[in-house]
Amino acid sequence: MSDALVRVTDDRPHQRRTSWGCASVRRRNLVLGTAVVGGFLAVDLGALLYVNNRIGPARLTSQVLLDGFEEVFGRQLGFRRNHAKGVVVEGYFDSNGNGRELSKAAVFRPGSTPVVGRFSLSGGYPAMEDSPTIPRGLGLAFGFPGGQQWRTAMMNLTVFLDNSPQGFYDRLLASKVVGATGEPDPAAIARFLANHPETARAIAINEAHPPTAGFADSTYRSLIAFYFVNESGTRTPVRWSLVPLQRALPPSMDPHNGLFIPLIRQMRASPLRWRLMLTVGAPSDPVDDATLPWHVDRRVIDAGLLTLTSIETDRPGNARDINFDPLVLPEGIEPSDDPLLSARSAVYGASYRRRTGEPELLPIIDVDEVS
Amino acid sequence: MTVVRERSRHTALTKVLHWVTAILVFTMLMIGFVMVNSLDDYARLVMVHKSLGVVILVVMLVRIVNRFTHRAPALPATVGSIERKLVVATELSLYALLGAQPLVGWAMVSASGRPIVVFGSVRLPPIAPFGAELFSVLRQAHSLTALALVVVIAAHVSAVLLHSLALRDGMLSRMTSPLSR
Repeated sequence: MSDALVRVTDDRPHQRRTSWGCASVRRRNLVLGTAVVGGFLAVDLGALLYVNNRIGPARLTSQVLLDGFEEVFGRQLGFRRNHAKGVVVEGYFDSNGNGRELSKAAVFRPGSTPVVGRFSLSGGYPAMEDSPTIPRGLGLAFGFPGGQQWRTAMMNLTVFLDNSPQGFYDRLLASKVVGATGEPDPAAIARFLANHPETARAIAINEAHPPTAGFADSTYRSLIAFYFVNESGTRTPVRWSLVPLQRALPPSMDPHNGLFIPLIRQMRASPLRWRLMLTVGAPSDPVDDATLPWHVDRRVIDAGLLTLTSIETDRPGNARDINFDPLVLPEGIEPSDDPLLSARSAVYGASYRRRTGEPELLPIIDVDEVS
Repeated sequence: MTVVRERSRHTALTKVLHWVTAILVFTMLMIGFVMVNSLDDYARLVMVHKSLGVVILVVMLVRIVNRFTHRAPALPATVGSIERKLVVATELSLYALLGAQPLVGWAMVSASGRPIVVFGSVRLPPIAPFGAELFSVLRQAHSLTALALVVVIAAHVSAVLLHSLALRDGMLSRMTSPLSR
């Protein structure tokens, strides 16, 4: 019936044969077939192990970075691996239309866009004590959950501390608190700074601009540059910042939440406002190194007003469950070549995957418990 | 003679669809595994991954229609009755896994609340509501489906190689011989 059967009967009788179900098979062919299948499976398994980073040279991956966070801060199930401690806010952004000069993004047309976000402190320990020197973060999602939403994770720094994923990882490990001192190992810090002069320079720049009293009067910056693309297709490098329009209540005496408590009280009393400022980069300004400042004389465009009206505890369904991935961008804002962008997107995604699969824990700061 | 030839081989369309799927799925699995371990190339790879996912979804829809409109040729006589059941189960699993995987990926990104951007700038609508728990379930499902695909494809390739090389029953040529009939 088939060619195969015809071929079987053509085989010379003296050849060694074995059987396969109802078919008879030449030994040599069986050995060949088994060897090829074995080879295929070996290559298949090897490739699988290699691409999954189980064999081969050690590589810096999202998993390695997240494991680094767990080594430094302990396993904090259910929490963001970085910026673990925070509170969720909501409000809106009123665009004045000035941003259209640089970007065709809908958020820059005159009008209002809803915003959800989260104030946080840098670090992976959710029960950490507030300290003015810990970098403050503000993650925002404009137009969530729409198709043209814009997510940004900003900090109250002048420049970022690292210009490569390796630098970030090395700094993370060097900052691990050792023994009973409650401080990182000075020798490890010194070694790190010697290997990463860009971080030493960035620390010096940030120290020239000491942190403000609280969350409410902090200027939050994108730090990383992006390209804004307008209707005519012109691409402009931009770094953005949120400049506060209010003073902050002084830090409270609470030993744990000295910065979060005044923020919660202030937001209950009145909305908080920031101006969204777009700094226009010149060709000489670096767009792939967030440790380097741009020239202070660069043109700045006031794009509108951010108003945050409500504050609440991290809980399922609110901004707790938003990954402030800096690569969630609307049409009209594009990533630069800064290597931190892809790396942040990767690590934030891996952190989101880990924490969403972990048991839900009680948040550390309960907004409703603050009087 | 021509009747026998036609019944022992797949149609030209089926062959093209099969090999296009094979190349796409091999590429996708590799990109998927590399991507989640990559930092520098993550963003680029994710865009390629999501875009190819859309292509595979379209190819699989065509294949499902094609599978119903074109009967597969009879299996060689070397395939016994138990193995015949395995062949059917494998084929069904492959269709189910390959059809489901792009949808799980799409739903998973939807559940994370972010826009689904493919081919650089095309934005697809969400097909699942925002929710961290739902995301987590779908994210795990996406990885498990990928591993299941690796296993089933390895079994499929091994079986075809073993038949073609050990039993010399022309199993591979059903999918490879010249496209024009």
